[in-house]
Amino acid sequence: MNRVLTSAALAIGALITLFPYYQLAVMASNTTADIYSSPPTFWFGGHLFENIGEVFAKIDFFGSVVNTLVVAVVTTLLVLFFDSLAAFTFAKYDFPGSNVLFGLLLATFVVPTQLAAIPQFDLMAAFGWVGDLKALIIPAAANAFGIFWMRQYARGAIPDELLEAARADGAGFFRTYWSIGLPVLRPALAFLGIFTFINAWNDYLWPLVVLIDSNHVTLQVALSQLNGLYLKNYAVVMAGTLVAIVPLVIVFLIGARHFIRNIAAGALKG
Amino acid sequence: MNRRYLPQYLAIAPFFVLFAVFGVYPVLYSLWLSLQRWNGVSEMKFVGLENFRFLLTDTAFWNSIGNTLIIWVMSTIPMLILSMLVALGLNSAVRYKGALRIAYFLPNVTSIVAMSLVFGSFFSNEFGVLNWFLGLVGVDPVQWLSDPWAIRVAISLMIIWRWTGYNAIILLAGLQALPNDVFEAAKLDGAGPAQTFFRVTLPLLRPVLLFSVVMSAIGGLQIFTESQILLGNRGGPEGAGMTMVLYFYNTAFADNDFGYGAAIAWGIFVVVVLFSILNWRLVQRPPKLRSQLKGAGE
Repeated sequence: MNRVLTSAALAIGALITLFPYYQLAVMASNTTADIYSSPPTFWFGGHLFENIGEVFAKIDFFGSVVNTLVVAVVTTLLVLFFDSLAAFTFAKYDFPGSNVLFGLLLATFVVPTQLAAIPQFDLMAAFGWVGDLKALIIPAAANAFGIFWMRQYARGAIPDELLEAARADGAGFFRTYWSIGLPVLRPALAFLGIFTFINAWNDYLWPLVVLIDSNHVTLQVALSQLNGLYLKNYAVVMAGTLVAIVPLVIVFLIGARHFIRNIAAGALKG
Repeated sequence: MNRRYLPQYLAIAPFFVLFAVFGVYPVLYSLWLSLQRWNGVSEMKFVGLENFRFLLTDTAFWNSIGNTLIIWVMSTIPMLILSMLVALGLNSAVRYKGALRIAYFLPNVTSIVAMSLVFGSFFSNEFGVLNWFLGLVGVDPVQWLSDPWAIRVAISLMIIWRWTGYNAIILLAGLQALPNDVFEAAKLDGAGPAQTFFRVTLPLLRPVLLFSVVMSAIGGLQIFTESQILLGNRGGPEGAGMTMVLYFYNTAFADNDFGYGAAIAWGIFVVVVLFSILNWRLVQRPPKLRSQLKGAGE
């Protein structure tokens, strides 16, 4: 009996949690007049493709999808490469200053993002990167969190004997990283990859600042603009919103189990 | 420098180079900027500590600190209770545990901009789903996006929706890591479920709970998107939804007041540091707190 009650309560909680997604699909497939009716509409309408078509016709939504994909994919690849290389090095090699440098890396966690934001914008202007996707990708190409997190993993996962054997075979440092470090780090790379991709996809404040007045915006900024432009046509705004979250939900669902397990494990260790 | 370690230095260099250019230099430069008057276009004008003097008496800034803390409290407390309930539920022998976990976690990875737009429609006064549901149970419509307190509740609701699943997953992992024999001992001593929870589970879970509190504080002080999308750059009527980061954004990038914006950023930094010290003291002093709790319970 108790178990049935618990299951029912959890199921209701899950339905409430998922309701906004359902209602988003409902609103995206109705007309604005249907949405603004009383009582509200809770069932799908037949206007989904018409609404989506309007989003793509009114603003360069396709361009912003491509921009977001480029930013998310390139950032993720760079982060995976630079973070894993640094993590592998910090985890497995003792070199003069390695402890001090790692401490310095941890200290960078305390710098709040908005402290750097105005000068960063100024810097981007000096580089001529305002309105350019480089302004989103390059500063994010390596980060302390990923290096710290992956180093923890690498320390336990890569046996010293394997590195000794590689050295005996005459493999150099980068060769060892590539053929021994990387394959072992694969599970950690999968997590950091999804994590980085999601964050890059959803990032809003910095793209809003640095892509100002440009034709190259990311999806989140495009959504915000769409909302400003079509305040009266809510169905179209909702159609854009639906298109913007579906790819990410799919990426998340593919790796969800692994991802959630890592989030929990990371919190317990920390 | 020893040439032997050149590959190692090269391997860690990218992060440090990027951090020097996009971290260290901007932070130092923002200190300099906070002493200037500058709109980003015309000549910079040195004004000394004028910006900070103004900041201390700027009611809009203090209002934004107040709002941020109020929203943090109003979201964190219900969120932790809900997370705990979900975690306890998932920890008992229910079916479809994997699917439930994914369902509860999904909000955490979904774009805040997107979901702010969806929630914005829920909060609509006349046609919003939320007021309609309230009407079903006989509650009068709430002016979600114009009444100052309703605004703060609305933002808190969005934060609760987003973070309950995340924290439930973490608390669940904490629950699963607890040793079984403690619970068997409690059972042998004749402790009921409530007693076991408050006397055994909760104290043992303390480190994990503190992690959740610290994480929610770090995130809570940075609240920006929900307010900006729902209410605009000025935080809505009476600035009730104006958070610290939104005030910073509005000053620096909407009003182009870069000098004062830099001063606000340093003000936020001070608030964050004070908050972190508070958190740290909370973590550092378990024995005293625990004995106090014990004393209060007897």
